[in-house]
Amino acid sequence: MSELLLSAQKLVKRFGGLAAVNDVSVDLFRDRIHAVIGPNGAGKSTLTNLLSGDLPPTSGRITLNGAETAGHSPESISRLGLGRSYQKTNIFLPFTVWDNVRLAAQSRERHAPWNPLRWLSAAAGMTQVNQRCERAIELAGLTQRSQTVAATISHGEQRQLEIAMTLATEPTVLLLDEPLAGMGQAEAESMIALLQKLKKDHAMMLVEHDMDAVFSLADQLTVMVNGQVIASGTPAEVRSDPLVQAAYLGEEH
Amino acid sequence: MDFANFLIQLLNSLQYGLLLFMLAAGLTLIFGIMGVVNLAHGSFYMLGAYLAWFLASQFDSLVLAIVVGTLIAVALGWALEWLLFRHFYHRDHLDQVLLTFGLIYIFEEVRSILWGDDVHSVPVPELVNWSIPLTENLSYPVYRLVISAVCVALALGLYFLISKTRLGMKIRAGAFNREMTEALGINIRLIHGVVFALGVALAAIAGMIASPISSVYPGMGSSVLIMCFVVVVIGGIGSVRGALVAALMVGLVDTFGKVLMPQIAGMAVYMLMAGVLLYKPEGLFKQ
Amino acid sequence: MSSPKATLEILPKGVQALLALGAIALAAFPLIPSDSSDFYLQMLSQMMILAIFAMSLDLLQGVTGLVSLGHAAYFGLAGYALAFLTPADVPVSLWWSLPVAALGAGLAALVIGFFVVRTHGIYFIMVTMAFAQMVFFLFFDNKELGGSDGLYVNFRPDASLFGWTGIDLENKTTFFYFTLVMLVGIYAFLRRLLFSPFGRVLAGIRVNEHRMRAVGYGTFGYKLAAFGLAGTLAGVAGYLWAAQTGFVNPELMGFHMSAHAIMMVILGGMGNFAGAIVGAFAFEYVMHFFKDLTKHWQLLMGSFIVLVVVFAPRGLLGLGERFMKKKDAA
Repeated sequence: MSELLLSAQKLVKRFGGLAAVNDVSVDLFRDRIHAVIGPNGAGKSTLTNLLSGDLPPTSGRITLNGAETAGHSPESISRLGLGRSYQKTNIFLPFTVWDNVRLAAQSRERHAPWNPLRWLSAAAGMTQVNQRCERAIELAGLTQRSQTVAATISHGEQRQLEIAMTLATEPTVLLLDEPLAGMGQAEAESMIALLQKLKKDHAMMLVEHDMDAVFSLADQLTVMVNGQVIASGTPAEVRSDPLVQAAYLGEEH
Repeated sequence: MDFANFLIQLLNSLQYGLLLFMLAAGLTLIFGIMGVVNLAHGSFYMLGAYLAWFLASQFDSLVLAIVVGTLIAVALGWALEWLLFRHFYHRDHLDQVLLTFGLIYIFEEVRSILWGDDVHSVPVPELVNWSIPLTENLSYPVYRLVISAVCVALALGLYFLISKTRLGMKIRAGAFNREMTEALGINIRLIHGVVFALGVALAAIAGMIASPISSVYPGMGSSVLIMCFVVVVIGGIGSVRGALVAALMVGLVDTFGKVLMPQIAGMAVYMLMAGVLLYKPEGLFKQ
Repeated sequence: MSSPKATLEILPKGVQALLALGAIALAAFPLIPSDSSDFYLQMLSQMMILAIFAMSLDLLQGVTGLVSLGHAAYFGLAGYALAFLTPADVPVSLWWSLPVAALGAGLAALVIGFFVVRTHGIYFIMVTMAFAQMVFFLFFDNKELGGSDGLYVNFRPDASLFGWTGIDLENKTTFFYFTLVMLVGIYAFLRRLLFSPFGRVLAGIRVNEHRMRAVGYGTFGYKLAAFGLAGTLAGVAGYLWAAQTGFVNPELMGFHMSAHAIMMVILGGMGNFAGAIVGAFAFEYVMHFFKDLTKHWQLLMGSFIVLVVVFAPRGLLGLGERFMKKKDAA
């Protein structure tokens, strides 16, 4: 029986009169990839934001690694072991690839901002941070580009950097928002290989539009339309569900 | 405090608040719609007051001075937007702060060259230069009521313009989604010019109508600017309704503060702002 | 560095050389015999003090990305602290009055920062200005605190320690060197800070605060710490200013002072502290130049500021950088 790392129950998010997320529940288990699919506007991004703390839910519960996190701040949720990547690349453009990931890795060092040691020592000399950073960059396949400024690397490489930063905080739960967005064939293949590799030791939630990738990677699938879950189960179950075929898969093919 | 005194302070609060609203409305509109912060907004108030004094002494009529002055202010606002501000909508706030601070210096000097640095008083128009008796020895100047009335009229006009006219609809659309509005063929540059000129005119008019009671002096721009910022912060940027509520709150706190607790009167308004910020860091009516 | 939030952090060799030369020139200056040396000594001391003030703002603005229009409040508060701490008949000891004044300013920054740091963007700019005005009015309206006239600092602080009277700050040259040492020391501290773990977090907050929170940083705490530290350093500058001029008034905490600081930082180039020093000297020089030129100097000053914003938004060091790039490309 795989370990339950994140459990979201009956999440609701209203904006004025509109329910962007309406009674959605999702469970994320270690060593499993749970994909969330649906047409644009289905509420997938909102759901991700609720889980990562970027938005507080109107109602519902979220339990992460044993702690209640609904409505908590993004930083406290991150420290509890959640890592999130963004659909729209959310990196530090003026910094090098190394500095981008290093900052993420440094966050795990728990010292107060006013600790004088942190004011006078050299950031570049933090051995454990550097090791963490190197591991994350290697996993994401960016070792060759470490010293390049992030603004100048290709779009695909920026998506890899996006993942590297997420991994640098050594999370147990990963929320990946369209990691394959805008990628060419070769780049997508290496990203998929990476995601397969990451499955071990992590509980992953994947929001994606690339159906081939989804069906090859996912152990569990949840389909959202208009803020609600219309189907949830194994890929085979979901694929053959008539509701899903009508609402979503039919339009795709 | 007996009733008559209370009434006087209340009316003063209202009048001060409404004047602040005129200034804050312009500032919040310009920021809400074009995203530009204008530190020189207080300078328009000051220029309006000096214009009123100068033109009133030329025409021997404050009313005529205000009418002509308003036209000048609109032209000035239009020119400034066209020449300078429109190139700064996409720039960093820091650059805008710097630009408008430079403008403050320029406006100060222009005023100094044109009209000198002296303090002047502007006579209240004869027609309204009397007072309504409240008690045996207390009375309230009618001109102050006129100020409030003019502000209310302008506020209603602004509301009508923004909510009920096609121009207002275009302005609101432009604030909401610039690209879309342009794609629909609406001349967004024209809208921006109109909004900017409107903001400048409101500030200048405030200076003009206030000149008989507040006297005309070089530093009047900076002191009113701070209060204006406080009002916009409390009310929420971009919200004209918020500016009205906040302006009235500030008017009340400042006026009654000065009367009841003079030692901390200057600080009372800031404490109000600090209190609001604790619960609503983006103001009361943030869009 | 094409990104708008990029700052020049690692100084090119040319700039480093320039700074070293500048420090040497300043150190050598009092040794040059001249009739008007007292006047220039005073002017340069003031410029150095303003450079410290500008560097403290650069920490907040250039590194962390927080544009404060009320930084002068902490400058002024420390100056007033010295005025209050100096008795009528004897000087106060430097060794405890300087830390008290600076930390007092820092404490005020923490208190105000607690309210202010929770706001963002244009709100932040407006509320920093508003709170500084509050401090201004506190002093302006109250005769007990000096009122609009201000207060005198009767003596320069006494630098004697356990009987040793090696440093006499009443001596203009000694005070000059003392200020120079403070300037160099604070510069070295801030450069170290820039590349420390704390400094890197501040830079990250400037570039993308959202992502910083997403990877687990409590950015509010860091911003507040930066605000407090910047206030403390501004306090050091304010204390020195009060000691140098012998006089404090509410204008030291006013809007113009804050705005001048912003301009110095921008003029030189933000985010590396060297630009702040360059900007402070350049700004003061330009202002004195215009003031000597004409009664209507504000027109020139205002136009100068507008031109800088339009043509050199990254400041003098930024212009230098662009010039260097053109040379490389040619």
